[in-house]
Amino acid sequence: MRQSTTKRFLGKLGMYTLLTIFLIISVFPFYWMLVGSTNPSDKMISSPPTLTFGNQFMENLVNLNDTVGIWRVMFNSLFVAGMYVVIALIVSTAAAYAFAKFKFKGRNTIFIIMILSMMIPYQATIIPLFQMMSAYGLLDTYFALIAPQLCYPFAIFLMRQNFLAFPDSLLESARLDGAHEFKIFTKIVLPSMKPALAATSIFLFMYQWNNFMWPLVAIRTEEMYTFPVALSTLNGVSYTDYGQMMMGISLATVPIIIVFLILQKHFISGMLGSAVK
Amino acid sequence: MKQTKAPYFFIAPAVILFLIFTAYPIIASLYLSFHQKEDGVYTFAGLSNYTRLLNDSIFWTALSNTFIIFILQVPLMLMLAMILASVLNSQLLRLKALFRVSFFLPAVTSLVAYSLLFSIMMQDNGLFNELLGYIGMDGIPWLSDSVWAKLSIVMAMTWRWVGYNMIIFLAGLQNIPEEMYEAASIDGAGKIRQFFSITVPSLKPIILFAGILSTIGTLQLFDEPFNLTGGGPGNSTMTLGLYIYENGFEYFDFSYGSAVAYVVVVLVAILSYGQFKFTGDKS
Repeated sequence: MRQSTTKRFLGKLGMYTLLTIFLIISVFPFYWMLVGSTNPSDKMISSPPTLTFGNQFMENLVNLNDTVGIWRVMFNSLFVAGMYVVIALIVSTAAAYAFAKFKFKGRNTIFIIMILSMMIPYQATIIPLFQMMSAYGLLDTYFALIAPQLCYPFAIFLMRQNFLAFPDSLLESARLDGAHEFKIFTKIVLPSMKPALAATSIFLFMYQWNNFMWPLVAIRTEEMYTFPVALSTLNGVSYTDYGQMMMGISLATVPIIIVFLILQKHFISGMLGSAVK
Repeated sequence: MKQTKAPYFFIAPAVILFLIFTAYPIIASLYLSFHQKEDGVYTFAGLSNYTRLLNDSIFWTALSNTFIIFILQVPLMLMLAMILASVLNSQLLRLKALFRVSFFLPAVTSLVAYSLLFSIMMQDNGLFNELLGYIGMDGIPWLSDSVWAKLSIVMAMTWRWVGYNMIIFLAGLQNIPEEMYEAASIDGAGKIRQFFSITVPSLKPIILFAGILSTIGTLQLFDEPFNLTGGGPGNSTMTLGLYIYENGFEYFDFSYGSAVAYVVVVLVAILSYGQFKFTGDKS
């Protein structure tokens, strides 16, 4: 009896030690990012290392704004991601509803083609997309940033899963009452889909907010920079101001963390694509 | 369900956008990979872009770097994620929510942001080496040595993705009935034995899911080498993703870039199929 209590205690101690080590590894870089945003550049590569907040917050912010116009960058990122979420959500929700609740010619074929296309790496589409945008003079526009993945098959897949669970009998009785198909969709079906819509929105938002390779290719001028592209340009060949860079990283990261902490459940199921409920 | 025209109106926007921005580019880049630009027009070039790949040493470097990172990173990450998930799944644990949220936190950072953060910490006289100095160890050339640079990418990616995969596994673990563990411990199976004979087999379909997601992600690896190591030193962290970008948008050789992209397409297909076979999942 005695032995097993000791063993259990040691087991627990081991478990908490392991978890605490991983907790520190997971969280510490965020703390250090904030430390960096308040310190001058050379303090980030100093001996001994800088582990406490400094007083360079405003300087770093002003310098960063001089280098890349950070408020404009923030607006671009929010605008592009926001517009993208709204349009992509409407497009994918409508399509998913049709796939889940109607029988029509070509339904399965279209759905399977869309799902299979997810296996094709995005990079295989970037070169023709670039040529297309370039041919129509659309490079360096919000359109070029927003349009390409508006039909995101995974979002359709997610919403379809949720629509499948919606009872057909409710649709039938609304039809018997003579309700228009579009009305049924917006007034009866959608209001019960709020959690799924929230999760899908977060999925789409994170995709666009983090999107890097395409904006890097499609953006020509500083006025159009989104966060990932702007941050990446701070990484200079000969000189990098780490204070500015840490400020930039913090500005791109902190708002997302705050939203994540508030909406944990939706956020996690959104980021995992609702593979997890 | 009755026959109406309504569904066509619902799917029309998605189908149109899909045709223009997904289907067309996928076909166009396949077309490009079999053509070459001569005097401003694309002419049929057979397999010449693909045969050029065979003799391109940078391509082979990119391919082997991508595989080295893939083979080290994916199993390491999935293993850590599974261990953390099964520890967190223990019923007796306090502070579960705190641990879960903290481990997931790295997954909400953008790929560019965390890559740059790690690039600062991994400078020769950066935070990592200073901390190593405290415990009496020599500094490590994280980003300036060709082997360490790959390991640095593996480490950074593992930091970013372990918590994400842990949450996927946690959801799967919740479907394993507690009685199975109780029965096993009555039969005298220790925790480690239980992990390998109950946890791992029950999670098989989820391991497959996480494995395929990670395969697709790793073969397209771009943001990390671009921002953390710049593909260097030399070409030691050149990846296929980075090489597509270089050919397409630094040398503007769209045909050759498309050929590299289609190599990635084929690799993703083969590896995903292989994982299906390997885990023996019927669905």
